[in-house]
Amino acid sequence: MNKHPVSLTVNGDQYDLLIEPRKTLLATLRDTIGLTGSKEGCSTGDCGACTVIIDGKAITSCLMLAVSANGKEITTIEGLSSNGHLHPLQQGFIEKGGYQCGFCTPGFIMASKAYLDEIPNPTEAELRHALGGNICRCTGYTKIIEAVMSAAEAMRNA
Amino acid sequence: MRNFEFFEPTTVEEASSLLAQYNGKARLLAGGTDLIIGMKARTEMPEYVISLENIPGLDGITYDEGSGLRVGAMTKMRALETDAIIRDRYTALAEGAAEVGSIQIRHLATLGGNIGHASPAADAAAALLVLDAQVQIGSADGQRTVPIDALFTGPGTTVLEPGEIITAFEFPPRPANSGSQYLKQKIREVMDLAFVGVASAVTLNDGAVENTRIGLAAVAPTPIRATEAEGIINRYHPVTKEILEQAAEAASAQSRPISDLRCSAEYRRQIVGVLTRRTVQTAINRAQS
Ligand SMILES: Cc1cc2nc3c(=O)[nH]c(=O)nc-3n(C[C@H](O)[C@H](O)[C@H](O)COP(=O)(O)OP(=O)(O)OC[C@H]3O[C@@H](n4cnc5c(N)ncnc54)[C@H](O)[C@@H]3O)c2cc1C
Ligand code: FES
Ligand code: FES
Repeated sequence: MNKHPVSLTVNGDQYDLLIEPRKTLLATLRDTIGLTGSKEGCSTGDCGACTVIIDGKAITSCLMLAVSANGKEITTIEGLSSNGHLHPLQQGFIEKGGYQCGFCTPGFIMASKAYLDEIPNPTEAELRHALGGNICRCTGYTKIIEAVMSAAEAMRNA
Repeated sequence: MRNFEFFEPTTVEEASSLLAQYNGKARLLAGGTDLIIGMKARTEMPEYVISLENIPGLDGITYDEGSGLRVGAMTKMRALETDAIIRDRYTALAEGAAEVGSIQIRHLATLGGNIGHASPAADAAAALLVLDAQVQIGSADGQRTVPIDALFTGPGTTVLEPGEIITAFEFPPRPANSGSQYLKQKIREVMDLAFVGVASAVTLNDGAVENTRIGLAAVAPTPIRATEAEGIINRYHPVTKEILEQAAEAASAQSRPISDLRCSAEYRRQIVGVLTRRTVQTAINRAQS
């Protein structure tokens, strides 16, 4: 069919792929590249489970065509730890019990990372507002906010 | 999603020619937050998708004291919401942009897409109405300019001809003694469509309120100006509580909302009045400070 050459840099690794235009970036990450950390919750931009970071900005990867991501640098949840050390956000979610089933967690962590890189010292109200595009059906959010606030502190002190 | 041919033109002329050539079967792709949703739901089944991403000059904000503000059609909502000049001088636009979806959505969603989609509830539309936006439209045949109040023709439709593309929005300079605000009535704080959206803008002249603009979203088949209410605010000095109340009633009367699952027409009409009163008052306060 009409496949297009697409070059993606995902977590530092380059992938040169041939992709049908209708494939979303999320489907490409999960099915073609095999990085299944990013989740498909709603497929309509509402839940944030598919959040990845492109060129420093958090986006919902279910709404982006892979062909539109050509040439871009993408970070997924798989790219956050370094040398076997968890990212402070990952550590925070473990320590504060920020997840139950865990389906929403990659999206929350990626959205939080991009936000904290921009605004390292938010108030709790600002953080809640900034994470409004991420939905969790298990935790009731309190533990998630605690996890991100404590990670923000750890990141500021690092 | 049905498969389609994907084009990435690098000039407006090229994009326009493709759009005209495949008229009816092609769609422009900006951020995709309306179009891809539609394609997944199969309410949109284009055979050709034309990305605007690789056309230089469509993305960006420029400001000049003399000529005013220019916002390229591909400018993201997040950029509008965080731009210092827009927050200061074109505040209603920053506030309208900030109301769209989530941060993740606003990193994708463009101003051109919000207006091109022509939803009556588009959060940036009321701000464009009250800030006197001029819509720059390009095609293979050249450029034309349409004032924002003449752009929308109905839910999802505009005066754009086959092959025409919105390239930018231009706004006249706003003096320091002007102010504006956009307020949205919703249930969830984030990620909710407007039940009602109202923007107001004013300029002060020796303490008198002039050039009042009031824009209403989600209460008529297109975003509209509440011209009766604008006239009332401009006519009386000072703008007392009673005058604000009169203007609020006039704006309610000029709205033509529908009842749906989300709320009733009566509720929407009442909220138009409340938000008109609040946004005009805030616009005046901001103009004074
Ligand atoms: C989860 C979610 C929440 C949302 N919340 C809101 C909200 O709160 N408020 C709100 O107003 N909207 C909301 N939207 C709708 C959408 O995000 C906005 O309308 C957005 O601004 C559309 O811009 P886009 O660049 O993504 O457009 P696209 O989807 O790329 O395009 C939309 C339409 O406009 C046309 N178009 C695009 N660019 C141009 C151009 N330059 N010239 C002519 N036509 C053009 C396209 O062909 C298409 O028909 C939401 C969407 C999602 C998925
Ligand atoms: S799967 Fe993308 S936002 Fe829900
Ligand atoms: S932990 Fe289950 S959805 Fe959030």
